[in-house]
Amino acid sequence: MKFYRSHILIGIDDASLAAGVKEIEAILRSELQKNNLSEEINILETGTLGLFGTGVSLMVYPEQTAYVNLQKSDIAEIVEEHFLKGRPVHRLILDNTLVRKYDFNYKRRIVLNNSGVIDPENIDEYLGTGGYEAWEKALTSMQPEAVLQEVKASGLRGRGGAGFPAGLKWSFTAPIKAEQKYVVVNADEGEPGTFKDRLIMEGDPHKLLEGVMLCAYAIGASEGYIYIRGEYKLCISRLEKAIEQARDYGILGKNIFGSGFDLDIFIKIGAGAYVCGEETALIESMEGNRGTPRSKPPFPGVAGAWQMPTVVNNVETLANVPAIITNGAAWFAEHGVEGCTGTKVYTIMGDVRLPGLCEVDMGTTLRTIIQQYAGGMKEGKAFKAALVGGAAGVFLNDQRLDVKMDYNSLKEYAAVLGSGAILVMSHSADMVDMLWSVLRFFRHESCGKCIPCAKGTQLLYKLIDGIRKGKGKESDLDEMIRISNGMLKSSFCALGQSPCMPINSAITNFREDFLARIK
Amino acid sequence: MIVYLNGKAYEASPGETVLQVALRNHLYIPHLCFHEKTGKAAKCRACVVEVEGMPGLKTSCNQPVTEGMKVTTNSKQVLDAQRLVVDLALSSGRHDCLACEQNGNCELQDAAYYLGITKPSFQLYDDNYEIDDSSEFIVVDRSKCISCGRCIVGCNHTVVNEVLNYGNRGYETKIVFDTDLPMGSSTCVQCGECVQLCPVGCIIDKRTIGAGRTWELDKVETVCPYCGVGCKLEVHIDRTQDKIIRITGVEDSPTNNGMLCVKGRYGFDFVNSEERLTSPMIKENGKFREASWEEAIALVASKFTSIKDEFGSDSIVGLASAKVTNEENFAFQKFIRKEVGTNNVDHCARL
Amino acid sequence: MTNDIAGIKKADVILIIGSDTSAAHPVIAARIKQAVREGNSKLIVIDPKRIVMADYAEIYAAHRPGTDVAVMNCMMHEILKNGWEDKEYVESRLEGFEEFKTEIMNDKYSPENIAKISGIKADTLRAIAKLFGQAKTASLFYAMGITQHTTGRDNVWTTANLQMICGNLGVEGGGVNPLRGQSNVQGACDMGGLPNVYPGYQNVTLPAIQEKFEKAWNCKLDNKVGITITEMIDGAYDGSVKAIYVMGENPFLSDPDQTHVIKAFERVDFMVVQDMFITETAEFADVILPAAAYAEKDGHFTNTERRVQRINKIIEPPKGVKNDWEIIQLIANAMGSDWNYQTVRDITQEINALTPSYAGITWERVGRTGLQWPCPNTEHPGTPYLHKEKFARGKGLLSAKAFQEPDELPDEEYPLILTTGRVLQQFHTGTMSRKTQGLNNLAGPMVMISVEDAERLGISNSEVVSISTRRGEITAPAFVTKRISTGVIYIPFHYKESPANRLTNPAIDPIAKIPEYKVCAAKIRKIS
Repeated sequence: MKFYRSHILIGIDDASLAAGVKEIEAILRSELQKNNLSEEINILETGTLGLFGTGVSLMVYPEQTAYVNLQKSDIAEIVEEHFLKGRPVHRLILDNTLVRKYDFNYKRRIVLNNSGVIDPENIDEYLGTGGYEAWEKALTSMQPEAVLQEVKASGLRGRGGAGFPAGLKWSFTAPIKAEQKYVVVNADEGEPGTFKDRLIMEGDPHKLLEGVMLCAYAIGASEGYIYIRGEYKLCISRLEKAIEQARDYGILGKNIFGSGFDLDIFIKIGAGAYVCGEETALIESMEGNRGTPRSKPPFPGVAGAWQMPTVVNNVETLANVPAIITNGAAWFAEHGVEGCTGTKVYTIMGDVRLPGLCEVDMGTTLRTIIQQYAGGMKEGKAFKAALVGGAAGVFLNDQRLDVKMDYNSLKEYAAVLGSGAILVMSHSADMVDMLWSVLRFFRHESCGKCIPCAKGTQLLYKLIDGIRKGKGKESDLDEMIRISNGMLKSSFCALGQSPCMPINSAITNFREDFLARIK
Repeated sequence: MIVYLNGKAYEASPGETVLQVALRNHLYIPHLCFHEKTGKAAKCRACVVEVEGMPGLKTSCNQPVTEGMKVTTNSKQVLDAQRLVVDLALSSGRHDCLACEQNGNCELQDAAYYLGITKPSFQLYDDNYEIDDSSEFIVVDRSKCISCGRCIVGCNHTVVNEVLNYGNRGYETKIVFDTDLPMGSSTCVQCGECVQLCPVGCIIDKRTIGAGRTWELDKVETVCPYCGVGCKLEVHIDRTQDKIIRITGVEDSPTNNGMLCVKGRYGFDFVNSEERLTSPMIKENGKFREASWEEAIALVASKFTSIKDEFGSDSIVGLASAKVTNEENFAFQKFIRKEVGTNNVDHCARL
Repeated sequence: MTNDIAGIKKADVILIIGSDTSAAHPVIAARIKQAVREGNSKLIVIDPKRIVMADYAEIYAAHRPGTDVAVMNCMMHEILKNGWEDKEYVESRLEGFEEFKTEIMNDKYSPENIAKISGIKADTLRAIAKLFGQAKTASLFYAMGITQHTTGRDNVWTTANLQMICGNLGVEGGGVNPLRGQSNVQGACDMGGLPNVYPGYQNVTLPAIQEKFEKAWNCKLDNKVGITITEMIDGAYDGSVKAIYVMGENPFLSDPDQTHVIKAFERVDFMVVQDMFITETAEFADVILPAAAYAEKDGHFTNTERRVQRINKIIEPPKGVKNDWEIIQLIANAMGSDWNYQTVRDITQEINALTPSYAGITWERVGRTGLQWPCPNTEHPGTPYLHKEKFARGKGLLSAKAFQEPDELPDEEYPLILTTGRVLQQFHTGTMSRKTQGLNNLAGPMVMISVEDAERLGISNSEVVSISTRRGEITAPAFVTKRISTGVIYIPFHYKESPANRLTNPAIDPIAKIPEYKVCAAKIRKIS
């Protein structure tokens, strides 16, 4: 094995590709070559570095220096100063005060432990970090029932939004006898401001595949489908490569590891509809129909894709499973809090210094997440509100900064964890505009199947639009609450049931913003 | 089994839904999308009820009954939710009952009446709808559509012509023909299944517009006069003029299950045709003249008798008809066999 | 139909041969499409025209018109070769199998040989036989595409052979299912509107039957089989028929070789037509008697699945119009008889009394949904499908029919095959459907011609062309389409302005006496 003095990790994700990372990487390579450093300094392509809005970024190990917002013209300087002379280029490094504060939290990471570390396009790197050990362990030494029990015991809850216990969901499908069962990965990440699944898949695609494999084994499915947004081009190509590699290694296919178990995984590309995050709408879309939800029961666990028993899980949920099998349920439960074990990946956006991803234990307070992992509020900005859980989430005010972020604790404040999107707003944000934008989103994304949602979202938009234009009445606020609560009771699926959350919380917690627009 | 609706016990059988039990017992629950044929779509959400022991509200159209189930259909919570749904439906589009063909036969109107909604609370869209009257027999006024989806299920699953579907989505959802073509340019064969299933005045028979209010028309069942499938029809008649206004298919008929074709549904003009013959005609010197029944019958009888006497029974032949009743065909062959005395009777079964 | 409409969805495989189902029987077509769409059934369509039903088919094959026996014999050849026949059924319920098998196993019915005759590829023939032969239950639907041939009777026999060896007769979802083309064509047959049988298919030549009717009607009856419609026209032409009494028919447009029909009508001494309109046929009458429409009377129609259904009087007939039975009674009594039907129910009662299969189908029992005959008594629930335990004659008789070419084949002068039929929007001779302007707007006269033939002849879409045969010539707009086979043209027969039956061949099946509407030799020519 070859040893290098330094490793440069280049985060290759959709954002950095757009910022020209490939060109910069080529320049970097030629500069290193020019300085005869190619044998000393290694360049690794990896997934996300967990930073957002930082353009092309490099992470230099072992010193853990993060270069951000790099331009082509910066590269020669970095190579000469940092790698030749050993003097970091301070003007290009992520704010020094921030770096000290910023905790990448690698020690506690379960899902993102490899992201930004390994080359996601190389199965050997995944294997090198202990990848596919859980799969081998399950196939060679565990009964499907044991895998299921381990997941059940871990307390893993679905990370898609509703927080339904994953093991319990699997246990509905496992005992059913059917000619075909399916595992479907919900990778249709549509919650505004959320892109954690994208970065999981971009950074560590094999981890997701291993999660699918373990689920398939536990429930007795022989086919897995990854239903993924069409916009996630890099994810798709990395997953395709990963599947190909897994097939080549005999990790997927017929009679895997001589166990007699067959499994293959396929990718289905979605057209990017919010409602297709709802599992039955996702299945409809996957079958080639209009993406609209189905009546439940029957639940997908009994009659899902092509009317066969189907488990649908979120990307993050499944990405947790390999670690559970490798390290055991008890180890997993050490993370997080009672009733809500493990970690959660958050997407933090808005007026914070370090927007991006972080993976922290369940039950970490909102304040800690903002202060410690997002670098605190931007200079000169004071916290006003956070929209937690995406469009279908709630607006929290500063009274709620110490709420523990887990499914149960948030419920006490009628809030939800949702997909883990956190939008932090300062006093420059107007709640009328925010709510307007959320309601416009719902109107746009309603599938149109049921009357309360299709017509209700249009009505809510008209009301907020009126307020925004200064044509509203105070009674409109009560009307919005009444209508959205009515939609909660009568809508077909979660989409129409959701607007009441941002509406109630925005109007209750920030009524003065609304009154200011109503003369 | 026994189920309780608003505290009263009702007999129900397994497999039935709450809505079915309620409607069977004349207990109205508003519903806009449910139809026995197109299924329990649970789409309109107007039929929500409370079920004891279940969280939230349940759509009664797809809620199976269970032994001892306790259902409330008239609580404030239920009525408020139903009212919101129906109000939203009424608020989107131009539901002007005064000018609507379906007035008195409209399920949205029934629901609004039951819930005491006198006018829509909102106006959700600008009033700029176009009416598609490009087809021969059917008019589509999308401003009245409530996206119940019955027409689409009917077109794709019942008659399986696969023309209608949804276009767009959300608040812009609309029914479209093929790739959003005008109905008359689409592959629609105008069987009228969608007309029959439409709960409101969105898809209607073109030629019945203004021809009579539904409550003014008498309805009588009979059998279609065209091909041999024997579809059961319900004929809607204006008694004041003895005129057929409209034809619909009989839903519970084992032959057609409500379905008809373009001829059966719309090809009834011949009955009230001006060209109908109303007097016997006798040809004299190559021209027809009107004659009395007495004269015509006497002429036919004497001619048949004389030909039979002169040339024998077998010189007379009779053609029965594949378009008249069994009784009339029976009488006809009896006439040829008994009165003429020959078996020279046939009809166009072969043609 | 041996089987019922509701049972369509019970078939694993449905074969349509010689029926443009969605045009001529749209609601049955819907039932078949439902079965296919819901995944219950797979569909095979064999038709020279790529009919709409072909779009729903697992296998579609275009055969040359008139080669139905060849195609079905080939299917049976493959089925027997592979042992897909229902051996137990053959053993217990059929007779004549060995002789039948010897004929069918002749190499002339091998897929390779039949491919040359029918124009269907050998592999397709094999695939059809396999799909059909391996089905648990298969049903067969046909219409005039099977019957209107000089070999019509052989064609029908062959459909029965096929269904018998596969054990598909007398089972739910199976059957030989001819689709009847007119509202009460089934009833007209059932009621003895045929020269050889009294109501209920009771043979006129059987003394016991004759005696029964003589007693009931208090008269002497003839025991000699009468003549058929085509023979009647010939009889009028040659002078042996002196008088014609036509009730509600329009043979002028529906009979083959119109020129011949016109001469026949002109020669006959006395002609009475009883109808709603002065039809093309009525123009030739000496007396026309105005009759009531279906909407103006009570009674029963019997549909294609043998279901007797009530028709109800909906409106009053126009003044001066009478019911057909009333007119018949008036004539009978004017000829000195003593008919005394007070209402139509009196006739229904007489039908119940004299027709065993209708004995239980009384006015009171018919109800809203009707009853399917045979229904021998007033306790009987009716019969959804026939031949359940045994065939009417005991054992089912297999009888192989050899393939015979149609009467008139294309030649140098008339190089195309003309076939006729219906379109969805019109009906039969148009007496009823053409009174609705909207239907006329949707479907006018046309001649369907393949793209290849049209290109060869320089004919463009909608161009009015001349079509002629040895019998006559008509003009019609061309409909150039890929839906019809090269070498075949198709004309719907509804239109008096473009009467297809001026062209058709009056050659008839020697026993069934049905004319060969589906095949004759024709040519097309540009007019300009």
